Formats: sequence, C-alpha cells, structure tokens
Amino acid sequence: MAVWEALVELADDHLVLGHRVSEWCGHAPMLEEDLAMPNMALDVIGTARTLYTRAGELEGKGRDEDAIAYLRNEREYRNCLLVERPNEDFAHTMLRQLYFAAFMKAFWDAALSSADDVVRGVAGKAGKEMAYHIRHAGEWVIRLGDGTEQSARRMRDAVEALSIYVDELFDSSDAAQAAEAAGVLPKRSEMRAAFDKVIGDVFSEALLELPAVPYGQRGGRSGQHGEGLGHMLAEMQSLHRAHPGAAW
Amino acid sequence: MVQTTPLWEVFIRPRNGLSHKHVGSIHAADEVLALQAARDVYTRRGEGNSIWVVRSADIHASDPDQAAENFEPTADKIYRHPTFYDIPEEVGHM
Repeated sequence: MAVWEALVELADDHLVLGHRVSEWCGHAPMLEEDLAMPNMALDVIGTARTLYTRAGELEGKGRDEDAIAYLRNEREYRNCLLVERPNEDFAHTMLRQLYFAAFMKAFWDAALSSADDVVRGVAGKAGKEMAYHIRHAGEWVIRLGDGTEQSARRMRDAVEALSIYVDELFDSSDAAQAAEAAGVLPKRSEMRAAFDKVIGDVFSEALLELPAVPYGQRGGRSGQHGEGLGHMLAEMQSLHRAHPGAAW
Repeated sequence: MVQTTPLWEVFIRPRNGLSHKHVGSIHAADEVLALQAARDVYTRRGEGNSIWVVRSADIHASDPDQAAENFEPTADKIYRHPTFYDIPEEVGHM
C-alpha cells in the first residue's frame, strides 16, 4: 500500500463529511446555523481538495482532484463510517462533527511535523478550522444535552447511535501505516488521549455519558460502507458524470 | 425559534485601530452562541478581527418624535465643524 492511498482515505473522510453537512444548506433550524453549517462543510471540502490533488501527484498517473472524487464508486471510497452517517437531526449532526473534529484537531496538530510539505500546509490551516468546529459543535452538544427534555433525549439518542463508529477513527489501514512509517501522517492511535479529553469535557457539561462500546463498527477503510453512502455519492457525482469536465 | 430566541446586535472591528461598527443582528440563545453566530454570518469574507455582541433589548434608542428638538438645533452652528483647515493625508483615519 502506498502513501498516496492514505491521503485519499483522509480526503474521503473530509469530502463525505463535507457533503453530508452541506445537505443542511437551506434546511437548518435557523438562518444563523444555515450559514454556519455550509461554512463548516466548506472547511472540510477545502481540505479534501488539497489532499486529493496531492494524492494524485504522488500517484503519478495524471489524476486530478475531480478524477479521484467523482469517478470512484462507493466500494472504492475509503472514508471511515462515522462521516457517512446520515444527518438525522441536529443532535446527530453536531455530535458527528464534534467526534470528527476532536480527532482531527489532534491529528493535524501532530501533522505539523509531517515529512510532506503539502500535509504540513494543510495541518496549519485545518487545525484552526477543527478548533472552531469543536467549539461550535461542542457548545450545541452542551446546550442540547443540558436543555429541554426533548433535546436531551435526542442528544442521548445521537450518542447511542454514533459512538459505535468512534473506534474506527483510531485504526490505521495498511496505507495509513505506510504513510506513518514514511513520516507523512501521524499515528492515528496516538490521538486517543486528546480526543477523550475534548469529549469528556463537553459531555460532563452536557450531562451525557459515554456508552461502553464492546464492538465498534469498522469497514470503511476497506470499502464496506453503510447503505446511505451510495445514494450520497450518486447525488454528489451525478453532475460530473453527466457533464465530464464541467467547470464554473 | 425566532419568538423564543433573543435578538443580538453585532459589531465588527475590521482592523486594529478602527472602531467596532454595527453590521446587523442575529438570533442566539446566549452570548456564547451569539458570538459564534456572528462569526458565521458576518465574517465569512474576512470582514474583521474582533466581534462584539449585545442584546438588542439592552439598547436604548432616541425617540424619532424628538428628532427635531434633538438634532435640528445644531444645523446653524457650522463653527463646530473642523472644515476650516486641511487635514494632511498622512494622518489617515482620525
């Protein structure tokens, strides 16, 4: 497995999450969040674009960001399962964002010393973005968890539904291990303490408890996805597939 | 949501050395969310480096019916305007 494939995994995480969050555009519970969520979506999609481009360069077969993002099917996508989970309600969406950002903030901080110039550049920018996502999503998790009877119930449901996808974040695929050995990406398992600290702080204020997860759900890194990803990709890729090379 | 969520006025400082300027309003449950909403709604294009929010309910406004007595008496006191000398361009913002 090659380093470029690890960058595709990482880019897939960001693109899939970005598309999911963008699905809220025009549907958010209030105008302020209707702008905040596309802001967050664009942050992670921007990261995905840079990583796809870099992966294409390292692969050396002339694929650009569009070729990698739009011309692969769901079995070829390597994102972790957490990011493809459907939006459901605001509680699910904010918790998914918090889990992802809590992991990625630590990951990018560690990637500041990457051996790859592009990864180092992304790390500087994305680390700040993830810090804001932690704050934004975290404040909502706190208010929903410690809010009304209904908001607390929905927040607990989201914790129940999404926590089984957390452990996969800390796994390194063969490609990721190659990138770790080359000093390009940090070791994913080393993010656990920082992740637990962020989530622990938010959950204690939100009056939430982390459920014990005996068997975490895995499979995204080998292309085994939930049924929702295919539909999402069909929508995301339809324009490019109908009009190859279309540009603004 | 709109009926139960307080309204906040948003002030942005575009650069160090300038003052905060009113840019609009947002809804938010409390001051922390108000600052986040202001950031997300009003600083998407690099508009500023500092945000103030204040509850709209805490702003007291002058009465439009008193506009004549408040503001018209200054109209004939042109000697209060600094229009009788030139400001060097190098001074910049005053």
